[in-house]
Amino acid sequence: MKALLVNYRWCTGCHSCELACQVKNDLPAGQYGIKLNQVGPWEYAPKKWQYSYFPVLTDQCNLCADRLAAGKLPSCVQHCQANCIQLMDASEAATIAAANPKMLMMTI
Amino acid sequence: MRNSCVSSSLQPRLVVDGAELKINEKGMSYWEHELPWHYEEDGFQVTRGSAWSAPGCHLGCGVLIYSKDGRVVRVEGDPENPYNQGRLCPRCVAVDDIINHENRLQYPMKRAVEDRGLNKWERISWDEALDTVEQRFNEYKERHGAESVVFLQGTGRDIAAYISRLAWSFGSPNYAFSLSNVACFGPRIFASMMTTGVFMIGDYSQQFIDRYDNPEWQCPAITVVWGNNHIVANSDGAYGHWVTDVMQRGSKLMVIDPRLTWLAAHADCWLQVRPGSDGSLALAMGNVMIEEGIYDKEFVEKWVHGFEEYSALCAEWTPERAEEVTWVPADEIREAARLLAANSPALLQWGVALDQREDCVFSSRAVLALFAITGNLEKPGSNVVGPELLKYITGWGRELLSFDAEEKRIGTDELLIYKLGLQVASINKMIDHMIEQPEDYPIKASWIQTVNQIACGGVDNERTIEAFKNLEFNVFVDLFMTPSAMAFGDLILPVTTYPERNGIRVGDGTQRGETINAAVPPLGECRSDMEINLELCRRFNPEAWPWETVEEMFSHILSETGLDFEGVRETAPSYLPFEYNKHEKGLMRPDGQPGFLTPTGKVELKSLGLEFMGFDPLPTYNEPPMTPYSQPELAKDYPLVLQTGARQHNTFHSENRMSGRLRPIHPEPTVMIHPDTAAELGVRDGEWVWVEGPVGTTGRVARAKRVAEVTTAIDPRCASSDHGWWHPEGDPENLFDVNEININNLIPWTTGLTGVGANYKCILCKIYPCKDGE
Repeated sequence: MKALLVNYRWCTGCHSCELACQVKNDLPAGQYGIKLNQVGPWEYAPKKWQYSYFPVLTDQCNLCADRLAAGKLPSCVQHCQANCIQLMDASEAATIAAANPKMLMMTI
Repeated sequence: MRNSCVSSSLQPRLVVDGAELKINEKGMSYWEHELPWHYEEDGFQVTRGSAWSAPGCHLGCGVLIYSKDGRVVRVEGDPENPYNQGRLCPRCVAVDDIINHENRLQYPMKRAVEDRGLNKWERISWDEALDTVEQRFNEYKERHGAESVVFLQGTGRDIAAYISRLAWSFGSPNYAFSLSNVACFGPRIFASMMTTGVFMIGDYSQQFIDRYDNPEWQCPAITVVWGNNHIVANSDGAYGHWVTDVMQRGSKLMVIDPRLTWLAAHADCWLQVRPGSDGSLALAMGNVMIEEGIYDKEFVEKWVHGFEEYSALCAEWTPERAEEVTWVPADEIREAARLLAANSPALLQWGVALDQREDCVFSSRAVLALFAITGNLEKPGSNVVGPELLKYITGWGRELLSFDAEEKRIGTDELLIYKLGLQVASINKMIDHMIEQPEDYPIKASWIQTVNQIACGGVDNERTIEAFKNLEFNVFVDLFMTPSAMAFGDLILPVTTYPERNGIRVGDGTQRGETINAAVPPLGECRSDMEINLELCRRFNPEAWPWETVEEMFSHILSETGLDFEGVRETAPSYLPFEYNKHEKGLMRPDGQPGFLTPTGKVELKSLGLEFMGFDPLPTYNEPPMTPYSQPELAKDYPLVLQTGARQHNTFHSENRMSGRLRPIHPEPTVMIHPDTAAELGVRDGEWVWVEGPVGTTGRVARAKRVAEVTTAIDPRCASSDHGWWHPEGDPENLFDVNEININNLIPWTTGLTGVGANYKCILCKIYPCKDGE
């Protein structure tokens, strides 16, 4: 099984993944295969800010099976400006997520 | 080359791994591509090239344009291009929405002067359109002189070379940038030239074809983002997310910004400076470094001029005094100064916020001084002069303008910077001129290409509209009908987007050899800006425009490099040779001597150039004219400090708002206010409010409607608004609502301290809820 692993420490909320997916899969405006969510900003301690973004897969994601077959990266992975989304085997993703902070692992 | 930050180790991801690095006869290096610039893939035509305008953009990333049956289906980032390494910002990812938009202009149109403001456009042929422009412009030239016709551009479109040459070969010196006091990039460049004689850019390895793997490059120990949100803006040739690249490679981050941006929230040090007071903050940081002896004494001794005078100036700016002015606690100023001094190399990523106040020349120099006294110039990972392929981007064909015509350039008699330091006319003085129409120097017509000045760039619409309505003939060249063209256009010509045209892109900052390659035929009767200007210019001045096609013209521009359009296209992107420490090697000055390109050969903290022009030679702090301190009486009624121009991911200034894909990201104009302020004002998050303020000292008051974004990301004493707003879906005869939602209406057309730099980012306002029905 494949999984998307997001190191959300680096997600800047740029929306490239959303639109790269929407355009590639020809989804209508307003529908997404991956959708950005924002948490924050708020100050939880002096000079400490909660301000994160989380791209989350939807039912319309197919992990770009056609692109993978052509030797390409999924469109969201390739266009991610912060390089924080990666596609890999779910077992490998689980190992990395277990060993590193701020990881978000998603399967479809 | 491109890493993924998911795994703990940095994994190379560039698809050309293993490809052969070649060097052409000009010493430019390039990867040999497996496929040509145009190929077929699964029933699609694929065109490799640079994504540069229209629509507007400050970068020009490498893209693969996928098309079918002459229509762009999608645009992808080119994984083989070292610049963006397969990535793209959302505006470019969704650019097909703009290219294929049903409201694109498709043929030339005219409208009777008495119908200005009314949606009564009539389709005409290109012949009629260009015949009319030729005949009318020539008439004005004959009767009133070529200077009675002005040529105006906006930003982010491939136009400077072609519109400047059009203006100058027509004989008019009045080519101008439509932003008040050229308050974008130009002032920083000028300040830098007056300090080092050159312009330096942050070194993210962008000058190397192998990027972060280049053995000479070093990752900055700290990146200082000052007045910039470049992960959103992608400004000045710097791909914004290079900053996350260097952070992932270990760079610390310092952010100076009145707002808590994502970068600020993730910085090692964030200084929440009062808008407009950056100069004071920089001097106080200098004060700490000098006081504590933590600057680079060897570099200062060897390469800095005026250190004593600068030190004396800094001595006046104790952190405690600066705290009162900047609202940044003194201890935080000390810590920031120590952090910068302790981390070398340090990269300066400065932004337009420094240009958008009157004292920009001085405050930018104060910021730059910190990087000079810490020796962060020309060493790997600091700030470097990028290699230059061509000089054309700031204007092309100046030699075509006669001395007599140059003498008439608007602004040069009153504003010395324009006479000595700039090639453009002063738009601020031009607006005065259009309104006053002096008998011996009337302005009769305008050529407005790539600018929508009453939605963006321009200020004080009441005055701007009056000025352009005073002209007899206004010609627009654009992608869509805009509020400005609706308000006072008489003729409008449709242009192509970048996948519909050919062009050359060498880039800002660090130049490289790239081309813009047509992938599909133009929509309707659209023509590229270059085709329009070439054809029109051949009518005005055939000797200055001897080329039959734009491709011939591009090859001519490139000829000084020994390359031609086709050659650059084959090898694009190609990279120039680069060396660090050019000041030590005699590579910065034309005389081959070591040193910087200044009269003293040193970094001039005391600038001889500025002194010669009669300006303050030191980076002295000047309080902006519309603040609670400079206008205490006005501030009683307008207590909030307002900064405008907050960038959004989905728009480039006034562009992209018609895109159904992009618009939902940020659907309406917003103003950020703190929850305490909102509670005091009775404003709720998501509610429509008026932002109202004095238009400078004109005595007039203006307001703009916004959705309140109530957030702790802003100081309770401040407000921050985005810009460039109009409603493409709105009523054209209400000018697409521009007068209700343009925040620039609160800013006056004044010329300020020097004639460069305008107060877009430090004015006064009050905020109150809209009433029902407003």
